[in-house]
Amino acid sequence: MSDHATTAHPSLPGAAHSETAIAARSRMKTGHFRWKALIPIVYILFLLLPIYWLVNMSFKTNQEILGALTLWPTNPTLHNYRVIFTDPSWYMGYVNSIIYVVMNMVISVAVALPAAYAFSRYRFLGDKHLFFWLLTNRMAPPAVFALPFFQLYSAFGLIDTHIAVALAHCLFNVPLAVWILEGFMSGVPKEIDETAYIDGYSFPKFFFKIFTPLIASGIGVAAFFCFMFSWVELLIARTLTVTDAKPISAIMTRTVSASGMDWGVLAAAGALTIIPGAIVIWFVRNYIAKGFALGRV
Amino acid sequence: MEKTWNNKAWFFVLPVLLLVAFSAVIPLMTVVNYSVQDSFGNNQFFWYGADWFREVLTSERFHDALIRNLLFSAIILAIEVPLGILVALAMPKKGIWVPVCLVLMALPLLIPWNVVGTIWQVFARTDIGLLGYSVDALGIDYNYVRNTFDAWVTVVVMDVWHWTSLVVLLCYAGLVSIPDAYYQAAKIDGASRWAVFRYIQLPKMGRVLLIAVLLRFMDSFMIYTEPFVVTGGGPGNSTTFLSIDLVKLAIGQFNIGEAAAMSLIYFLIILALSWIFYTVMTNAGNDKPMTGGGE
Repeated sequence: MSDHATTAHPSLPGAAHSETAIAARSRMKTGHFRWKALIPIVYILFLLLPIYWLVNMSFKTNQEILGALTLWPTNPTLHNYRVIFTDPSWYMGYVNSIIYVVMNMVISVAVALPAAYAFSRYRFLGDKHLFFWLLTNRMAPPAVFALPFFQLYSAFGLIDTHIAVALAHCLFNVPLAVWILEGFMSGVPKEIDETAYIDGYSFPKFFFKIFTPLIASGIGVAAFFCFMFSWVELLIARTLTVTDAKPISAIMTRTVSASGMDWGVLAAAGALTIIPGAIVIWFVRNYIAKGFALGRV
Repeated sequence: MEKTWNNKAWFFVLPVLLLVAFSAVIPLMTVVNYSVQDSFGNNQFFWYGADWFREVLTSERFHDALIRNLLFSAIILAIEVPLGILVALAMPKKGIWVPVCLVLMALPLLIPWNVVGTIWQVFARTDIGLLGYSVDALGIDYNYVRNTFDAWVTVVVMDVWHWTSLVVLLCYAGLVSIPDAYYQAAKIDGASRWAVFRYIQLPKMGRVLLIAVLLRFMDSFMIYTEPFVVTGGGPGNSTTFLSIDLVKLAIGQFNIGEAAAMSLIYFLIILALSWIFYTVMTNAGNDKPMTGGGE
């Protein structure tokens, strides 16, 4: 690509020719476009192929999966999905996951909102240390916390409850929500606060009537990322649950280790876990980078 | 933005402080507690001093896991960062394909981590997986369960599949924030494609790229679920990274004292890295206002 760019302009440099140079360059750009578009296309194919393979498998019977390698199901069957939707020990896994994920999302965003406001508007004793300490929790390896969490929640008799997992996931989701919301709130000029106070708004009225609508997209993004990181986490969720609150991802691993592997059902269960993410992603597509970078892009 | 000094802001932070203290400080103190004690069972503990730490720091097993993890992080960074930049550069800047690209690329990021493991465990099998079958059909002897090199390749490719999009999305957010005037100036100067990249795009992406590198490094440094599902840390210990080793030690062998000491050492490394990350994030935040990526 770069050799094209250098050889295609014998007339350069020369200020007199700059008009034609620009025209030539933009023409060249359109010529290049198709070639350049190949990279994202190939990359996306690479991303989708393993997912397609999982979905493909979920519509096959076990005999077909083990029998011969086929690129699409020759006898598409919904049997695997039927197994999941009729057996409570399977579909309750999804219900459990969604319960604790939503609980975690609500708790995280609710406590993070005032904290993020404080970080974005005020300086106070130890603010920077506190902000850093929050970050270390986002970066903490779950493996370090698995065993102590188990003991802590045993002591409170909370093992195998949804709230235990929801609280445990706050370890990394609350810092994440605070950082993301702080990023969005810092984008709102402080004059808005001051004008509201001059106009006689009380703090709660200002916060809910004026400020919250201004950062509505930020709240959405923070909620989405809490949802997501709680949804994809397995180690802690598995450690803290036995049967009643067991997440779907943990139920899947149990099937993997069982003898006489049921590949079709495993694939169907996996395919179903992709759906929630795939649905919400459309709404936050413009903020994905910002969310992953903790509100700082 | 000028901030006012007001210690009453502490009241706003209090709920977060209490919640995170409950889910971080208490468990961490349990770990500290275990790391300086030993037990003969029956819940009877006695003081063991710093011996566990000495043991972990001198143990070959810890060194091996650490080196393996650093090597893994280095490999995936070396692949994901250039690949991510390349894809971000080639992505369309406007038009209907932008959201389509963004959504499709973000898809792997939202899949539960053990499902990622399952997808690749199946995909790489030589009997029922497309990838394993194709590689096998090419005449290459491929078996990620028994062959160390194959296991590493599988785990690395899986991570590239899973996380390169993060680098792409961050770089892309940096790229679209470059004003058009920069490119026009470069056109007038007759800058080559390489010069545009080297002197306009790379410096403008610098900070985002740094965030991407740090995030990828941190997350690959604590990777657990994906390789655990695919290889279980094997064959032998060849894909046993730090987190997998820690869980083996704590839950598999129930060697709590040593596991606790290892946890703390592990955590201190993470802490040091977090400090770098924090400095980058907060310092860079000061020089320009931030806007949502991709808009």
